Amino acid sequence: MKRNRSPKWLAFYAVAYMVFLYAPVVLLPMFAFNDATVIAFPLSAFTTKWFDVLWNTPALHLAVKNSLLVGVSAAVLSTILGACAARATARYRFPLKRGILGFIMLPMVLPEIILAVALLVLLKQLGLPLSLWTVVGGHVLICVPFSIAILTSAFNGLDQSLEEASQDLGESRWGTFQRVTLPLVMPGIISSLLISFTISLDEFIIAFFLTGTDVTLPVYIWSQLRFPTKLPSVMALGSILLALSVILLILAEWFRRRSAHKQGADASATGGFV
Amino acid sequence: MDNEGRQGLRLISPPLIFAIAMLAAPLLMVVAFSFWTQNYLDIDRTLSLANYTEAWTKPIYQTLMFRSLRISVLVTIVTVLSAFPIAYYLSFHVHRRKALWLFLITIPFWTSYLLRVFLWKVILGYNGVLNSALLWVGIIDEPMTFLLYNANAVVLTLAHAWAPFAILPIFVALEKIDRSLLEAAEDLGDGPVRRFFRVTLPLAMPGVIAATLIVLIPTVGDFITPRLVGGTDGLMISNMIQIQFGKANNAPLGAALAVSSMAIIASVSLLLYLTGKKLGGKVE
Repeated sequence: MKRNRSPKWLAFYAVAYMVFLYAPVVLLPMFAFNDATVIAFPLSAFTTKWFDVLWNTPALHLAVKNSLLVGVSAAVLSTILGACAARATARYRFPLKRGILGFIMLPMVLPEIILAVALLVLLKQLGLPLSLWTVVGGHVLICVPFSIAILTSAFNGLDQSLEEASQDLGESRWGTFQRVTLPLVMPGIISSLLISFTISLDEFIIAFFLTGTDVTLPVYIWSQLRFPTKLPSVMALGSILLALSVILLILAEWFRRRSAHKQGADASATGGFV
Repeated sequence: MDNEGRQGLRLISPPLIFAIAMLAAPLLMVVAFSFWTQNYLDIDRTLSLANYTEAWTKPIYQTLMFRSLRISVLVTIVTVLSAFPIAYYLSFHVHRRKALWLFLITIPFWTSYLLRVFLWKVILGYNGVLNSALLWVGIIDEPMTFLLYNANAVVLTLAHAWAPFAILPIFVALEKIDRSLLEAAEDLGDGPVRRFFRVTLPLAMPGVIAATLIVLIPTVGDFITPRLVGGTDGLMISNMIQIQFGKANNAPLGAALAVSSMAIIASVSLLLYLTGKKLGGKVE
């Protein structure tokens, strides 16, 4: 096909759209380092005092600890469950395959508030107390579809003859899994862990409904948004989170590409975590 | 059942059991709840349609439901229409570094949702970034007040939040189009506009429909955006659901509202899906 000259307006639109997409994100660090309590232009002097405030807020440290606990647990559990589903769909044919998979993927399209109130109602009916573990349960529910999406492409790219060769050479099933399958899909697994962790770290609605007295980071941020004087330090916190998410995502993307590369597949962008 | 089928089922059973316990059971419980009634502190478990009667006839719920649907549909239209040119640009005019572009598009989506919504409030507010910047430059003399606390602010914020979800499916659909079909259309005398509407757009339809559904369904359930930037005119049904489960302590009514809004949105989605299928053939 002859190469299209990009119409000027389309390129202009693309740039304008990216500005729109990044407008709120760019503001975070701007106001995090701004020496004024009011979030407005023009900017005043440069300061790092809002970050200092964060170091001296015990409630925040507790929230961070809770969020890390929830995030790591949710990431590990959803990756294990996701790996089971991805392996099953990539390797075997079984009855009701599409239906079962569709059902497990359902939380991806359901509004989070519906999931949250449904879990809340069930927990209350069962008389179970709300805690960080109920939040973990909710987060695993929404992370599993993402894990499956990432891991399915990892397991699909797996060359079955490698496993067969290993078994022919006398390895047991478990040995084959440990020594052949696992190393090959490892980048996918790490990518799934990172993505699930990032989702859990940011998730607010389910955490808001299902948490007891221990709050996670987003719930803590929500409680702080009411106080105008706290806003600059919330901006500082947001900047740290932004930097952290970007690093995690770059790592996840790097691992995903390595997995594609390892399996000799084309590392196209479309098969990614999105 | 053969051996392979059994192995497959055994392997998928942990996530399946988890989904039954954490998804099917809670959803069924919500449906059951919606037929029960709140009796002060207890739940009266005799079946009744009282919650549904209240949810469907009381003006406040009707207003909220219609508004939610209107805002969600508007958000979907704005998001998909604004996303299409970007997806088109990426697919047809970006030849190198496509992956980088896609990565850049998804990054804002991975930053805290709560903070992104809040930042729109900061941008659009009376003393906000936009007003203060325009005042500073001298384009306006006094702050504009129509920016924040209305349905438009909700639409703008949600269109921003859901942008990547609309761009990606459309991009994937556009990537799948066989480029030789476009050449054929050109050779047979179609101009760029006719070619777009007769070849590109119909073939991109599955992506457009997927994007529409992906944006439409979750936006009905959002309650942070209406709460932070919507003001009183921008409140949506999910805010009411949250209140019923929280302060108002009427979980059965909240359940009936949740089930009703899901039923409405499911039928709208089904309608869209079927229309899309008729228009564009296969929809995935």
